[in-house]
Amino acid sequence: MSQINLLAAAGFTLDEGVSLLYLLAAALFILGLKQLSSPKGARQGNFTAAFGMLIAIIASLTVIRPSGGRIVLMAVAVIVGTFIGAVLARRVKMTAMPQMVAAFNGVGGGAAALVSIGEYMRLVSGSSHGVVLAISVVFSVVVGSLSFAGSAVAFAKLQEMMTGVPITYAGQQIVNGIVLLGIIGFAAVVIGFSSSIPILVILLVISLILGVAFVLPIGGADMPVVISLLNAFTGLAVAASGFALGNTVLIVGGTLVGASGTLLTKMMSDAMGRSLSNVLFAAVGKVTESSAGAGAGAGQDQAVRSGTADDIGVLLAYSQKVIIVPGYGLAVAQAQHVIRELADLLEKRGVEVSYAIHPVAGRMPGHMNVLLAEADVKYDQLKEMDEINDEFKLADVALIVGANDVVNPAAKTDPGSPIYGMPILNAEEAKNIIFMKRSMRPGFAGIDNQLMFDAKTIMFFGDAKESLTKLVAAVKSS
Amino acid sequence: MTPELIGYITTFVLAAFVGIEVISKVPTILHTPLMSGSNAIHGIILVGAISVTSASDGTLQLVLGLLAIVLATINVVGGFVVTDRMLEMFKPRQQAEAKR
Repeated sequence: MSQINLLAAAGFTLDEGVSLLYLLAAALFILGLKQLSSPKGARQGNFTAAFGMLIAIIASLTVIRPSGGRIVLMAVAVIVGTFIGAVLARRVKMTAMPQMVAAFNGVGGGAAALVSIGEYMRLVSGSSHGVVLAISVVFSVVVGSLSFAGSAVAFAKLQEMMTGVPITYAGQQIVNGIVLLGIIGFAAVVIGFSSSIPILVILLVISLILGVAFVLPIGGADMPVVISLLNAFTGLAVAASGFALGNTVLIVGGTLVGASGTLLTKMMSDAMGRSLSNVLFAAVGKVTESSAGAGAGAGQDQAVRSGTADDIGVLLAYSQKVIIVPGYGLAVAQAQHVIRELADLLEKRGVEVSYAIHPVAGRMPGHMNVLLAEADVKYDQLKEMDEINDEFKLADVALIVGANDVVNPAAKTDPGSPIYGMPILNAEEAKNIIFMKRSMRPGFAGIDNQLMFDAKTIMFFGDAKESLTKLVAAVKSS
Repeated sequence: MTPELIGYITTFVLAAFVGIEVISKVPTILHTPLMSGSNAIHGIILVGAISVTSASDGTLQLVLGLLAIVLATINVVGGFVVTDRMLEMFKPRQQAEAKR
């Protein structure tokens, strides 16, 4: 209550004070985003945004007048949410980070939809509502639910609770189009004719269905782009809730995320050398009958050369320049510490070692940098694609650990390949290529890699961590 | 259109431009943390959830509101904590060296 007196003393009404605090929160969100986009201030930026959030929440608490019992219930809800969020975020492994972001995004979308429904029920029962309210509510419910369901599917795909392969069927786009038309139809009814809660609930359900149908045909490798897009969607849903509630901090916060998220989505698909519509609608990674047949045939016809740990250990130990190409296989095997051990060992023998980081190595842009940083790999050893691509031809060995699609020459040479046009690492230019993989199975995008059959390539099969441990022993003894 | 509505639309349009400008130059390695951080920011819906719940009448509205509070809080807390965990990996070099 002291805060209210303070405001009164400064000549503000309570509402004005709260509006100013919301403005402060909005400014802190903007500053936080700004700091988050440079490596130096990124961590500080996250704190800045969190501080803005805290201010907004405290400000909102000063204007509500709930009964005592309700305050207790609300406090319990906050405590439950805090507990779940904190525990999940603390416990999640670094490798599972992308699906965690999907999950947090989905619940945000769900919350936006529920808030709008709740507000609509309250206002409609008071029989005063305008068309702006109806539009905001409908938008928030549709987009929020779509984001919730879509994020759930993205989570399931990344967590490997379901197949990461695109799920497609004949006429899928038509069916999805009809579902979308249905949404538009029911939305028009709510906005134009009747303030019916049941129709709003129907809208919610169809939007959930569309969310699922929208993400099903997108391959697991493209999930980060989808999550980023759904993140932007949730932002817009929140902004729409802000219109419905007449709350500026919701409008600013939601719109900031909607706008920056849209741009970020575009940057991510650009980093893969693909257009957003190609990511969303091309079902990349679906192995078509003919190409699967050809791929299998190629696998049987062409022999691969596989080597022993000792052979490869000697090759590495007597090289001058080794470039490591880490991929998701390294991350799932938790092999980031062993690879550093191997690199340190080689450096001690005078071998120049660097890591070539493809923009989408791992599961998300930047994911691989996080994983290697966790293993204390020196920052200046990590080279971005543009920086290192010309060095491959000078390298004695390109050591590919659990990566596949990012070194697939088909991206440059085969216009029929689904990844054609994606910028790749020029590993094929190295004098020797060591391809460490669990099996001959194609990578996450589901396509064959001719590099495995290259005359310069030695395959080394097995779990990345075990294989690397063997290599460490082999290098030590050579 | 009411003056309030015009105010909201103004805010919306300006925020959209700011959102685009503010992240226009971001290096690839920060894409994931940035997505995660902005993900936490849309948890601001918690403010909406609190106001709807406190004004709700009837059990159904109350339950919907409370559920929204739980979901929004997960979004806020989980979002900021997970972003911080990602970013604590990007230590400045001297610090990383000192730790070794």
